[in-house]
Amino acid sequence: MSSRSVDPAGDPVLPGPSSPVTLTFEGRSLEGVRGQTVAVVLLAHGTRSWRTSAVAREPRGAFCGIGVCFECVVTVDGERDVRACLRRVEGGEHVERQED
Amino acid sequence: MKVVVVGAGIVGAACARALSRAGLQTVVIDRGSAACGTSAACEGNLLVSDKTPGPELDLALAAVRRWTETAAELLDELGPAAPDLELLHKGGLVVSRTDSGAVALRSFTAGQRASGVRVDDLTPADAHSLEPALAPDVTGAAHYPQDAQLQPTAAAEALLASARRAGAVVHTHERVTGLLRRADGSARAVRTERGHHEADVVLNAAGPWAGELAAALGAPLPVLPRRGMVLVTTRMPQVVRHKVYDADYVGATQSGDADLQTSTVVESTAAGTILIGSSRERVGFDDRIDVDVAAALAAKAVALFPFLREAQLLRAYVGFRPYLPDHLPVIGPDPRVPGLLHATGHEGAGIGLSVVTADLVAALVTGADPVLDPTPFAADRPSLAPHLEVVA
Repeated sequence: MSSRSVDPAGDPVLPGPSSPVTLTFEGRSLEGVRGQTVAVVLLAHGTRSWRTSAVAREPRGAFCGIGVCFECVVTVDGERDVRACLRRVEGGEHVERQED
Repeated sequence: MKVVVVGAGIVGAACARALSRAGLQTVVIDRGSAACGTSAACEGNLLVSDKTPGPELDLALAAVRRWTETAAELLDELGPAAPDLELLHKGGLVVSRTDSGAVALRSFTAGQRASGVRVDDLTPADAHSLEPALAPDVTGAAHYPQDAQLQPTAAAEALLASARRAGAVVHTHERVTGLLRRADGSARAVRTERGHHEADVVLNAAGPWAGELAAALGAPLPVLPRRGMVLVTTRMPQVVRHKVYDADYVGATQSGDADLQTSTVVESTAAGTILIGSSRERVGFDDRIDVDVAAALAAKAVALFPFLREAQLLRAYVGFRPYLPDHLPVIGPDPRVPGLLHATGHEGAGIGLSVVTADLVAALVTGADPVLDPTPFAADRPSLAPHLEVVA
């Protein structure tokens, strides 16, 4: 199927009305838009680093942005190793730094 | 005397170091980058635990001593610029999970102990005190304090750096295409896609590609690639301190079966990730990641360490182990072409065995006394003869 066959009305790429969602991070409630990833919401609120590297103890955050490098992992609702760049925010997530 | 070493993996690097330090004019040629083949796609094992009594175990015991010395020499020689070899004497822990496996493991360790291996038979409770996260169904265990690991690409680069300091010249991205011979049939030079390199001695250290290279040099050798897959988890809060093996590992390494075989090896790395191996299958040089193999490895690892059920995989990689039909490396001259030597076929043990292989090669080239008897590794040994006829 070519891209031209998609009914424009149902094309998921077209932005619909934005729907606000929130997550909590370090005691703050951060607002984003449904469809954004955890990394995007953190970055949009000025948080550029949310992890510390294991050996050199340097700040880490979104690096590759496509799920390959695992630098941006966070704990979401108690689940470890969630790649912030891939997880889309549904609303109400409790996001924590993952230090180990 | 001029020597050309073909292959800049860890075996070629170690041999180049030993030869150049023995005063030989040494050139290393690799068709790719240094340490970019098998040396970059393995686990960096320096093991005695997986070896049955015999020549390969003798080689491994010598390698345990030689790596400790070599690591200190490299650090001393290269100074602060030396890459960290990450040589860790972490020890191996082999566990059985059936009653018959426990009996077989006891008899296996008794044979190894008689051959000079340091190994302690443990109760399941002892095993759990060494590795608290082990599954509860352990029936027996053995601890091998000599098992160690090192970072294979760093080690290969350090060996090459040391070889360069002793005068060796390294040419990468140059493919060897053939051998030029003197009137008496002996080696005179290797031909590459760029020209010639004069050589009185040519060493085939091309790992799993050594069969292909040997054929191009006029002395076919039945080296085959055997693929192994390793899974890498994300960093985990749990630490597996030893190299922990399921007791069926020994059977798999000694098998000639082409079908997939897996046996569990689990260990933490310095970075906090956990490596899960190992599979062995003969599928040529197919480097596609096979999900069924990954699933089989994962299932067995979870059975050994239940906490791995929650693990996330960071990546998986495959490497090709150079394998000879009689399960011994070839280290020494090829009687068919005077001046040609081989150092290949170490299968999954090449990282550990590289330095002692280099000692043997240097002794064979210079006529010095070898550190141990090279006869079992000769290219014209009886167990290899029928296979040489097949490829000739």
